[in-house]
Formats: sequence, structure tokens, C-alpha cells
Amino acid sequence: MSTIQLKVNGRLHTLDTDPTTPLLFVLSDELGLRGPKFGCGMAQCGACTVIVGDHVVRSCVMPVSAVAQDEITTLEGLGTPEKPHPIQQAFIDEGAAQCGFCLSGVILTAKAVLDEKPQASDQEIGEALGGVLCRCFTHARMLRAIRKYAQTRKA
Amino acid sequence: MSLSRRDFLKSSGALIVSFGAASIAGPLANAQGPFDTHRSHIDPTKLDSWIAVAADGTVTAKTGKCDFGQGMLTAQTQLVAEELCVSIGRVNLIQSDTAVCPDQGTTSGSQSTPTNFNSAGLAQAAATAREALISMAAQRLGEPADELKVIDGVVTGKAGRRVTYQELIGSKRFDVPLSPTAKRRSPAQWTVLGKPVPSLDRAALMTGQFEFVHNVRVPGMLHGRVVRPPEVGAAFAGVDESSVRQIPGLVKVVVRNNFVGVVAEKQWQAIQAARQLKVKWNPGTGLPAQKTFYDSIRKHPSRDVLAVDSKDVEQQLAGAHAVLRATYAYPYQMHGSLGTSCAVADVKPDNATVWSATQSAYPTRSIVATLLGMPLEGVRVIYVRGSGCYGLNGADTVSFDAAVLSQAVGKPVRIQLSRQDEMEWENFGSACVVEQRAGIDQNGNILVWDYENWVASRGNRPGYDRPGNVITGLLLGYEPEPITPRAAAAPTHELRNRDNAAPSYIAGCVNGKCNGSGTVRSERVLSHTVPSPFFTGPLRSPLRIQNTFAHESFMDELSASAKADPVAFRLRHLRDPRLVDVVKSAADLAKWEKRSAPQPNRARTGTVTGRGIACVAYEGDNGYAALVAEVSVDLASGRVQPKKFYVAVDCGPISNPDGLRNQTEGGILQGMSRSLVEEVTWDDKRITSNDWETYTSPYLDLVLELPTIEISLLKRTDVPASGAGETAITVVPAAIGNAIFNATGLRLREVPFTADRVKAALSAL
Repeated sequence: MSTIQLKVNGRLHTLDTDPTTPLLFVLSDELGLRGPKFGCGMAQCGACTVIVGDHVVRSCVMPVSAVAQDEITTLEGLGTPEKPHPIQQAFIDEGAAQCGFCLSGVILTAKAVLDEKPQASDQEIGEALGGVLCRCFTHARMLRAIRKYAQTRKA
Repeated sequence: MSLSRRDFLKSSGALIVSFGAASIAGPLANAQGPFDTHRSHIDPTKLDSWIAVAADGTVTAKTGKCDFGQGMLTAQTQLVAEELCVSIGRVNLIQSDTAVCPDQGTTSGSQSTPTNFNSAGLAQAAATAREALISMAAQRLGEPADELKVIDGVVTGKAGRRVTYQELIGSKRFDVPLSPTAKRRSPAQWTVLGKPVPSLDRAALMTGQFEFVHNVRVPGMLHGRVVRPPEVGAAFAGVDESSVRQIPGLVKVVVRNNFVGVVAEKQWQAIQAARQLKVKWNPGTGLPAQKTFYDSIRKHPSRDVLAVDSKDVEQQLAGAHAVLRATYAYPYQMHGSLGTSCAVADVKPDNATVWSATQSAYPTRSIVATLLGMPLEGVRVIYVRGSGCYGLNGADTVSFDAAVLSQAVGKPVRIQLSRQDEMEWENFGSACVVEQRAGIDQNGNILVWDYENWVASRGNRPGYDRPGNVITGLLLGYEPEPITPRAAAAPTHELRNRDNAAPSYIAGCVNGKCNGSGTVRSERVLSHTVPSPFFTGPLRSPLRIQNTFAHESFMDELSASAKADPVAFRLRHLRDPRLVDVVKSAADLAKWEKRSAPQPNRARTGTVTGRGIACVAYEGDNGYAALVAEVSVDLASGRVQPKKFYVAVDCGPISNPDGLRNQTEGGILQGMSRSLVEEVTWDDKRITSNDWETYTSPYLDLVLELPTIEISLLKRTDVPASGAGETAITVVPAAIGNAIFNATGLRLREVPFTADRVKAALSAL
């Protein structure tokens, strides 16, 4: 066990934890966050996605000690039901979910791509989503929501 | 109490959107099937079991049907708001908590809508409540009930005098029975139902605040993991507990019969303990070779059911102008939920609470009581939504895991399965072989249709009394429901076609009653259930998708053989007007061009395109769909790429068109995945498709080449509401297969149509 400081969604937390613990379990079990989820534990599906600095990270395979210096953002760090982030608003408007378990991977990955490159093409967005799974196959609505958000970024 | 689907369907009313899945074991499903309910402490004949109006005017409704992403939360809330004449924001829906909700069995088989939206269950409760409140208002205001108007819980009389629901009943009990004659609001009156109400969970989901079962946290909660056998059929032979003693936070190694699990203070500790625990297992039972599996299940002694038999099939085949024969194969497929299954249990000496994503709260309560050796009354199951399940995923089995582990340590335990535990031991959708024979007359009409299938089956939903139907129960020493070989008796009951074993084109006559949707009168429908080496269970459109693939592909073969247009050929052999209408509607939407297949002058290199059609009357009468698929095939690689889908859906009155569209779009793309890539694989000892590299599912980069989906929703308000979550997916494999045939002349009779398989078949043409 060791003491680790984590900056999550703008708040600083001091935790006593095994430094090899995957970030996901610290976020979900120690901090009670609901956004990032365990899907596979092998970085194959994206359900555990968080943003570390400017980059998307699979928190199920990232030891917590490796991200102790960085700003971590989870899906709930973007916005709230009362005041959603524009990309969350686009997903709400398009009804782009069924069970919703995959949304951390879908929304955060799309956001990271468009934040880095607001003019990103459909091709670039699609390729970035190449490791994100949605088993309800809500792909069509998700694409519409991402395009809608991309338009607001371009404008 | 046991209510059959037919009873519900006889009644009229409204609709919505639901999916789920029914019993896989075919006509010989559990005697207590998934639609059965038991008597519980919540009396479903009493209004107070369903509806309460609080002193502030909010309405609490209690339902035994749950939402796992298919839209039931929103649709059922709309239903209550509509019938009670209150705004949707006033209604709070409690789903499947056995402490307060009536037992409605399992949320499956596209039954939530028929059950709760026609003239029973939640709909009838809400209608009863409205009539009771209006009758109270009539007394209070001294005016005739039929002259009162209700808007958002405020009853207004002729002279403008008003009284609110909360003034009439506010937090008191109704103390009246459900009225079978309470009048449902007609679709013409609807102000909430029938509207594209945005799903109520949306904002919480998109902002990461929605509580899944995975997020349930209980004070003092520990974390568990299970250690499943390394091979199918391997038995426990010993454990070396010193192998995990060094892991900090380890609380206990739990062994019960062949069940092995670990409990630790933290999740990561439990995962490490499960990985490092040295368990000795005896060798497994071995597995049949996958390569010859379809042949082997046809040779196995089987439990047989004859649904239809005109007894002249052989004679008619012998005299037919042309006879076609074809064999179709459908693989085991997975639910493959994105999140592995999870549950939390808090077992105390004399009572237990389980937070579970099960589709079957009451049956799960019954099994948990059995496993814990506790009276039924001591167990409460609270439904909390999990990752989309598409049928019987690991939600039931992990609930049993949680209960057993919690009892062993005397503290609350949360367990989430590993990806491998989920994928190697879930109840797969059954593998299935179908053999079809048909005879055509000189005018190209089908004279005779003979169907025979072999379905591999082991276990099922556990129901109220079969823990061994899923892996945890088996490991604890309970046997799955046995499959005793038995020859088929002559059909005695009228055709129900719940598994879509009967093709749409036969008359389906039993003792003079013809429930089929088609014209062919020489007919036989014979099903064989054989033991499966793996657990099987309902997977979205169970057996219906397998059978419909075989029927609609064969219909295409017959049409080609008769040199007829596939749409016209279908219409010529259909009697059911609703099925006829969806076929016509899909063809219109696609601007179908008549043809006498196959395409002439096909290219031999490059990319070719083609179109195919398929249709279904889901479960005979529980929703209708027809789909035109347009695909391209790269002749060099064998890669099939769907380009366009045109689908027509009729599910009776539509509760929520937006939810229905969402289900239809998702169903078609999920069906595309199942048609093209999904297949469970194994070696001689174990399942080898146990993660997302070995079990293929298209990632989100599918959006780069996303097929377009055009949907026609038929508007019918004069029929009972039916299911809608499983109809579209059912027709996808055949529509794609028929499009591939149209494009290439290649007939694919085995799902999935992988590029390798298509390429090999093309080179053999």
C-alpha cells in the first residue's frame, strides 16, 4: 500500500492503495464514480475509458501509480444532467444509447479526437472509434450525435 | 397463477417496444416456462399492488417487467401516465423489486408489451385506478362520472368545480380489485402513449450518473471472484489455500462442491486471488469436434415434437414436378454483454437481499432461497439494470455466485465476472441444423413443405426450481433439466409456432384448425432437441432467428427454382394479411424491381451487388417484419458489406415510435453482426472464443461503412399490442444471405457468412 494523490474531475483525492491497482477500480470503488466501467479488463472494449491529460486511456489496464501526476476526467466530469457538455447534449438529442454501458468509451473517445482536431473527418473519427464496442449496436445514432457535436466544434 | 401469452393476446389495447427472449428448448420447454408466474405475497388482482397516489400527487407504479436498455422504463411510464391521465413527470416506476412488485415472471420473449399493454397487468391496473378516482370525484362533486374531465390528475366537473387525485386518495389505499372491465383509453385519445417521448434514462446515462448494478455499493461490502473449471465437465479435486495467503485483504477461499470462489476486501485483491489460487481439477469430459458438430447432433438420440403433420408429405414429394432439398446450419452465438455480469448480495443469518440485473426477479428469488437453504420469504431480489443482456446472459448465474459468497463470509459481497468467465460459461444461443424439403408443381406453386430441425440444448433459464440450468447451479451440485429421448406423438394442439419452426408459407393445419400464415397444405414440422455440450439459453430471437434463416433462405431457393420474383413468390403463398402488408411495405420502401432470380451476366471479378428479402410473423403472431437487404460482395476477398436495409415493422399500436426505431436499428445491425462474424468456437476441452479478439463483434469503426437503414412503421390501432424488440433481427441473416445469392449466384447455408467462408465457396462455384 502507498499513498497516492489523484486529480479527478477537478478534485484532488489522497488515497492509500496498492499502486499496481488498475485506475478503474480506484475510480469506481474508492471514489464511487459511475462513468468508467469494467467491460473486459484487457483494453479490448473501451467501457473503462477516461481522459488523462488530453488523451483517452483504458483505465482497466492502467496502474493507478502511472497517472498520479495527471488530470483525469471521467464521463461525469464533462457535465451534469442539468448542464450536460455539448457532446453529451448531442447524444441526448439523438437518443444515442440503448443500455448505455459503452458510453464512456464512445463519448470520451469522440471528444478527444475532436478536441485535438476540430476539423477531423468522418474517416478520422471512425478510425479513432476502432477499439470501442457497443453491443446494442446503436452505431447509427452515435454517428449522428458525433457529427452534430463536430459541427458545433467547426462553427 | 399461470397466464399464457394467448390469453393476453386475445385482449386488445396498446403497445411498445421490448426485446428479450423466450425459452430455447423449443416446444418442450420447461413445464414452468419463462412466462409463468407464481403466487407471491403481492396479490396481482389488487389495485394497490400496482399503483399508489401519494399526498403530493405523485404516482408510484410497480411492475414485474424491467428495462435493460430496450425502452421498457419509458414505455411503461408512458402507459401509466396515459391511463391515469397524469403527466409523465409525475410517475415513478419501480421495476421488479420482489418486496413491492407483483410477480410477472421473466422480462423476455417480447412479452412485456403483450403482458402489460393490453388488458391485463399494469395497463389494467392504471385504467382501474383512473376509473376508481373518477368515481370518487363523481361522488365528491355530485356529478355523473361520464361528464367529468381529467387533465394531469385534476378532475373537473361541468360547472368548473375541481378536485385533485391527491385530494381524493392521497397516500391512502384504493382497496379495490383490478377491474377486468375498466376501459382502456383508445389510441385515438392518446396524449402520452404513441408519442416519441425521449427515453427517461438519457441524461443520466450520457453524463455517467446512471446507477447500474455494477455501481451498487453497500456498507461493509467485500469483493468476490469465482474460479471456474479449466475444462468443460472438470470436477474439483482440491485447493492449495497457501497459494493466495500472501495476498493482502484476502478474506476467504470458498469451496462448495465444484464451486470455487474467493472473497477479498478490494476488487483488485479478489482478481489477483482468483488468478493465483491453485486449484486441482480432474480432467473434463472432452468436447465433440467443432468441424463435424452439425453432423454429430443429427445422429444423437433426441426428444422430438411434431407440430404439424398432414401425413402426405412423402407422397406429395414423390409426385411433385420438382423437389428441392437443402440443409442449413446456425452456430452457437453469445449474448456477449459489453459489461461482464455483476451482482451484490447481502446474506444475513435469516434474510438475504440480492441486487441483480436478472430478467427474472421472482424466479431468481426462489433459486437463491434454495441455494442458501432459506425460506422464500427471507429473500428479496431488487432489480438494478445491468449491461444490455439480449436474453439470458450471466446475470442470473452471477446473482447466485454473489449469494453463495456472501453467505460464506457473512458480509455483503459484490462480484463481477471476468471476461473469460462470462464468455466461456454463459448460456449460448443454441446451435441448430435445419433440413428442408419442398415440392413444386408445374405452375411454380409450392405443393409440399417438410421441415426438420436438430437443436442442441443444455439448461435454460433456471425458472423457480432449476438452479442447474446455469453454471453456478451445476457447480453447486444441481443438474440441468434433463433431455430424455422420446419419439414424437401425432400433433394434438393447434399450431402456436412460438419458435417459428413452421415456415410462414404452410397452412399449419392440426385437426382441421389452420393457424399457419400460408397456403401449402402438405406439410410437416418436426423438431429434435439433443443434448448440448455447452449451456444454452434464450438469446435475442431464440430459435426464431435460426429457423427464419432456414425458412426464408429456402423460400428464396424455391423462388429461384420456379424462376419467380422473390417478393411475388412470397405473396403468392401467404394468407396472413399483416405479413402480406409488411412484405409489400418493405418492397415499396426499397423500390423493389421485379426479377426472376438469379441475376444474369454476373461479373466474375471486382465487386458485385445484390438484394434479398426475408419476412417473419414473429412467434406466429407476436409482431411482423419484412426486410430488404442490399449488399456488396468483394469477389476477391469474399468480404460481404451490407449497404442498405429497408425494413417494415408491424407491432400493433406503437407506444413510443422513437424507442421502436432505436430497437429496430439496433436489431438490424446486431443481426448483421450475427450474420457475418459471430460464432462460438471450441477445442477438445474448452471454449476458445473467450474475449473480443477471439469472438468477433464489429467495433464502432463500423460507422465508416455504416449501411443506411430505412424504416416503415405500419400504423395499426385495431389489434392487440405485440412485441417489437426481436422482430427485425430475426429476418437479417436470411435477407443478407438472399442478397449474396442475388449478387453472386452463391447460396450460403451456414451462418456466419465470414469472408473466408464466402471466398472458399465462391472459388468452388
